[in-house]
Amino acid sequence: MINHIVIMPVIVHLFTALVLLAFWQKTDVQRTLSVAGNFIGLGLSLKLFWGVLDGPILTLNAANWESPFGIVFVADQMSTTFVLLTAIVSLAVSIFSATGVSRARILYGYFPIFHFLIMGLNGAFLTGDIFNLYVWFEVIIIASFVLLTIGGRKSQLEGAVKYMTLNILASTFFLTGIAILYGIAGSLNMADLSQKIGLVENRSIVNMTAMFFVIGFGIKSALFPLYFWLPSSYHTPPSAVAAIFGGLLTKVGIYGFLRVFTLIFIPDESIRFLLMGMGIFTILTGSFGAVIKNNLRRIFSYLIVCHLGFVIGGLALFTQLAFTGLVFYLIHDIIIKSNLFLIAGLIRSLRGTMSLEKLGGIYDQYPKISIMIGVVLFSLAGIPPLSGFWPKIYLFDAGFQNSNYLYIGGLIIGSFITLFLMSKIWSEAFWKKPISEDLIVDRFGVSSWQKQTLLVLPIGLLTLTTLFIGFNAEFIIQIADKIAGEMADTTPYVEAVLGN
Amino acid sequence: MEILLVITMGCLYAAGVYLILKRSMVRLLLGIVLLGNGTNILIFLLGNITKGEPPVISSGLDTLGEVYADPIPQALILTAIVISFGLTSFAIVLLKRVYAMINTDDLDNLNTPEEEDI
Repeated sequence: MINHIVIMPVIVHLFTALVLLAFWQKTDVQRTLSVAGNFIGLGLSLKLFWGVLDGPILTLNAANWESPFGIVFVADQMSTTFVLLTAIVSLAVSIFSATGVSRARILYGYFPIFHFLIMGLNGAFLTGDIFNLYVWFEVIIIASFVLLTIGGRKSQLEGAVKYMTLNILASTFFLTGIAILYGIAGSLNMADLSQKIGLVENRSIVNMTAMFFVIGFGIKSALFPLYFWLPSSYHTPPSAVAAIFGGLLTKVGIYGFLRVFTLIFIPDESIRFLLMGMGIFTILTGSFGAVIKNNLRRIFSYLIVCHLGFVIGGLALFTQLAFTGLVFYLIHDIIIKSNLFLIAGLIRSLRGTMSLEKLGGIYDQYPKISIMIGVVLFSLAGIPPLSGFWPKIYLFDAGFQNSNYLYIGGLIIGSFITLFLMSKIWSEAFWKKPISEDLIVDRFGVSSWQKQTLLVLPIGLLTLTTLFIGFNAEFIIQIADKIAGEMADTTPYVEAVLGN
Repeated sequence: MEILLVITMGCLYAAGVYLILKRSMVRLLLGIVLLGNGTNILIFLLGNITKGEPPVISSGLDTLGEVYADPIPQALILTAIVISFGLTSFAIVLLKRVYAMINTDDLDNLNTPEEEDI
């Protein structure tokens, strides 16, 4: 079947990036074109999303090669939801970048690389071929290396060395896993693999292969004990870049986990135990790490790690209820984590610093912006009826049904520490009187209203999305439930790809 | 032939891991390259190393014979080599910049303390 719409979110960003390369020196043209490209991408992603929500799973066989022989692109509900979230975040970040990224960085090709990164993300979410997934991962990491180092400050380069080493290592592990998988099952198509891997008699070699994927994806999605590169690199790039990294890059690793461990390897008791252990320790180390940090972006980096533990713990429970909870959590998390890093960038332009000690008095000076940021902070903490609250009900419920009290304990500790940190940020940065008025460098107040709008608008856009998720939870739960159904029963996916 | 490749692969992995555990940036880079090549040989090994059995369907037959050299792993290796070439060249440039900036080859010196954050 040929459904060209499936590949369009990839094509549109490739095309935008290529056009942007032609306007290397014209930064204003680049800013406009990037936002325009993202609008088109958002439109196409919405079309794809609605198409799959009401209809069947769409597939596209590249060059019309019959699957499982050719590369196939599959748009099921999980893929299209991730693609839609990517489109929303990338639109917001691209608007923010127009003023949030310096002209010098744009002159070194910030926008084209940004679009190559989004192209890689969309490709990874849509592909149905495991080796093709590896290739998209490489597209993502090479683009992210450039975005991380662009500008070349000392701290950026230091962070980039750690980030680069561990990500290349993760790719090597992932590739090794694919090689062995091909050796034992003789296929690369994920739907085909899901049938063939069940027939392999030697289960220990299957589990060993699964370990390669656990390590590969575990490094990419920053799980305990493989997450150390994240807190030492995410606080270094410009806030717009950190937003796209924090919101989406780790989530690609999580997507890999969700796809591979529901479709190809059905985890047995030992792997689920391992994933649960990783999840709980990720929550604990992430949240404790965040408590001792004093810089906004360092706190947020550790919180990314902490909250990924919720998701992996949910995957380890392996019930449909847990899947619903974790998918809802991911939808909430992608939007809000990007927003947090954009907010850190905004706070820096308000005060010239991101250190909690030196911040203060923002509420007195900018009450409206502060209330908007407050909504985001307390959504993350999960105050009902905001968006962080609903998925946790599902995760708690799933934990109780499996009688997994350790996981529930982890959830409580993680949520409590998040709440504590959000209150701390609120009181330190917004309510506290600043230590001394002379230290404040307010670049926001003195810039033109266009620049102010461009900085606040994307945060408003993401905040509205968060509010939509919170107040329209019923609709999101329907989507999450459908995705959970796809994860629990992969027969429709396999049938849509193999066509029998 | 296969046993030779297995030994080569083991040596590459061992040397790669050893070099990555060193604190010098150049050794780190070499370690990553060696690990990547070890993986490439692993993929090559999984594609039925046979002599004189190309994956060509002989005339008069509809399908391939029982034993043939699988072409897919070779295509995979080619892709992996091209990708690792790109990554390695980026890594070299990055490490050179870092060396120019901090004037040492030691990875332990790559820590700007939190107090210097903005």
